Amino acid sequence: MRILVDNLGKILEGFQVTLVLFAGGTVLALVVGTVLAAMRVSPVPPLRWAGATYVNVVRNTPLVLVFIIIVFGLPELGIRLSFRTFAILAVGTYTAAFVTEALRSGINTVGAGQAEAARSLGLTFGQTLSQVVMPQAARSVIPPIGSILIAMLKNTSVAAGFGVIEATGTLRELGRDFPQALYWLFFGIAAGYVVLVLLLSVAFRELERRLVVLR
Amino acid sequence: MPAPHKATRRIQALAGAAVLALALSACGGDDGDSVEVESDASFPAGTTMAKLNKAGKITIGTKFDQPGIGAKKPGADAPEGLDPEMGKIVAAKLGIEEDQIKWVETVSDNREPFLKNGTVDIVIASYSITDERRLVVGQAGPYYVTGQQLLVAKDDDSIKGPDDLGGKKVCSVEGSTSIATVEEEYGAAPVPFATYSECVQQLLSGSVDAVTTDGAILLGYAAENPDELKVVGDAFSEERYGIGFKHGDTEMCQFLNETIEGSFDDGSWEEAFDSTLGEAGVEAPEPPTVDPCE
Amino acid sequence: MSSVLYDLPGPVARRRSRIGSVVGGVVVVGLVLLVLWRLQDRGHFEGDKWEPFEDPDTWNAIRDGVRRTLQAAVVGIALALVLGILLAVGRLSERSVVRWPATVVVEFFRAVPLLMLIFFFFLAFPDLGSFGALVLGLTLYNGAVLAEIFRAGILAVPRGQSEAAYSLGLGKRQVMQQVLVPQAVRAMLPALISQCVVVLKDTSLGYVITYDELLRTGRLIYDNYFNIIPTVIVITVIYVSINASLSALANLVERRTRVRTGGAPVVHAPVDAGAAV
Repeated sequence: MRILVDNLGKILEGFQVTLVLFAGGTVLALVVGTVLAAMRVSPVPPLRWAGATYVNVVRNTPLVLVFIIIVFGLPELGIRLSFRTFAILAVGTYTAAFVTEALRSGINTVGAGQAEAARSLGLTFGQTLSQVVMPQAARSVIPPIGSILIAMLKNTSVAAGFGVIEATGTLRELGRDFPQALYWLFFGIAAGYVVLVLLLSVAFRELERRLVVLR
Repeated sequence: MPAPHKATRRIQALAGAAVLALALSACGGDDGDSVEVESDASFPAGTTMAKLNKAGKITIGTKFDQPGIGAKKPGADAPEGLDPEMGKIVAAKLGIEEDQIKWVETVSDNREPFLKNGTVDIVIASYSITDERRLVVGQAGPYYVTGQQLLVAKDDDSIKGPDDLGGKKVCSVEGSTSIATVEEEYGAAPVPFATYSECVQQLLSGSVDAVTTDGAILLGYAAENPDELKVVGDAFSEERYGIGFKHGDTEMCQFLNETIEGSFDDGSWEEAFDSTLGEAGVEAPEPPTVDPCE
Repeated sequence: MSSVLYDLPGPVARRRSRIGSVVGGVVVVGLVLLVLWRLQDRGHFEGDKWEPFEDPDTWNAIRDGVRRTLQAAVVGIALALVLGILLAVGRLSERSVVRWPATVVVEFFRAVPLLMLIFFFFLAFPDLGSFGALVLGLTLYNGAVLAEIFRAGILAVPRGQSEAAYSLGLGKRQVMQQVLVPQAVRAMLPALISQCVVVLKDTSLGYVITYDELLRTGRLIYDNYFNIIPTVIVITVIYVSINASLSALANLVERRTRVRTGGAPVVHAPVDAGAAV
């Protein structure tokens, strides 16, 4: 137990990095995911094709492989960024593929009548999507997106093998220094993740509740 | 069997070295399969050595991903490097043929557990001798002494030693002692990766400034990329590689120490070094002095 | 629904769409070519980088890697199914002494990163070896996820079914076994198959504990030969092929189930399930 208290600073630092990766990844995943979803339902065939290919390839690739491609591949293309940025890129682009699918099924659940009404009022594709369909889709999409983002929080742990010291990496470092306290360290850091996941779940449930009321 | 007189041993060593040199030049190979297996090895009943000798097999734990020390090419049958060579020397002394050696990958985390639960008989895996480890496992040797050093780009002159590391990005394996040392004692920015090879990749592509770990390992990488990398700085820690075995097995300790010292004398150690780490263009150092068994 | 978002294109729209297609196509192809050219510049397509793939030893190693990936995945899925059913039944129990521990277990293993679990088991229980630690981690994590899928599946069976069963005098266990579970399983099949894809991808985390699955084999290849790009391409193709076939299977099963059960509830793969780890 003492080990946890003594090293609390290090552990909190680790979680701080985890949260940074999570925040960056969330923004990236939501933005890219929305763009991809729009591409997938757009009337321009190459965009539809590109979006579908991206989703099908990324969803079927292990996250570790995505990390390898970004951390080892991008420098070879001349793109050199901090390891933290690479990590955010990796989890963000990976998660974006799942966000896209969630949004797409959300779009599909919005009644066809809505889109038909929008078209009959003369709205263009862009306007239909942004003013009518997406807002309604957003509400039904909150729970799946919540799950996806929780999964992303856990996925930040993969960055530990790619130059970033976050919470799971801290476990490894401390476990090497204090092998006798392994159980305490594990449950302590696991508790940290559980707390974060609970907070996220509560936040999403609140969000869903609020939006349902607005309907 | 009484130990031969020192002078006799030296003559034997020279003769042995000459024979080996001839053999080497003949086949031009570096597989070290010129280690002769003792055909009539005998050991006191009940000792681990007797059991292994009777079984005709041995399981040795070693690294699979450190070039020069212990590295296994994908699809190959056995690892290559200084550690496997030492393993073959030990097995030969036990009367065990090379192809009867089972090689198991032991990483830093599982060396002690594997010795304790018998998954491996001995561990030769860049295994530094420390007092803490000697509390849980036996360690004979050392058979090689190295220390933590730095690998940098060939044209990088800004890093000449650990004191130049302040704020620089230094890569090593996650959870290793090397990475803790550079961060805590020299103020470097630690960059953990899964293997040393990946660290070297990052160094080659310019994403990190240096790679740090035992000099022996770094030499292996420098040997593979002599135009792009170099090892700099004096060793800033001391790592004494030993052979791990089950705790408390004093007879094993003595046997291993004798085998190690024997290999220093009969040239097989130097040959093992030259055919592995020596390829980096480094001369075989003076063999170290072996610790006495408790 | 997607097609309702825009009118059937008239001549102007068709022309615009064709221009958009050409521009879009050029952009996409241009990007791909740029990447390839850049890589070529740095010598990643040189012959010697691809040479290791002419060596049968390399392909043997890859084949072993795939085999070990599948081994871990199959065992993991099988055990996870068992655990998942147990936990789901536990969570649906009316006795809180059973329900609470089951809920805690499920929530805990869904919250902790799989990487941490695997690493912890490897250190804490070295007798397991890397295969054991990996499978244990996979089992516990996916068991918890499957528990939720099962629970959703059972809850999705129309109430009328269980009501009818009860009114026929069947006891709770019989209702579960004979009426609910069979229908629930049929509804959950697509989600289950998707979860298999997740398990397959998660085996790649075995690298932390030196389990020689496919990804680690790939890493060992490029560690040895310093040919990252070709190796990554080969490994990605293999993973995507295996996983895409499984996903396609899941889609096929989903469509056929929907047709056969005439619109009965189908449990959609929980979208987070795809996000491995």
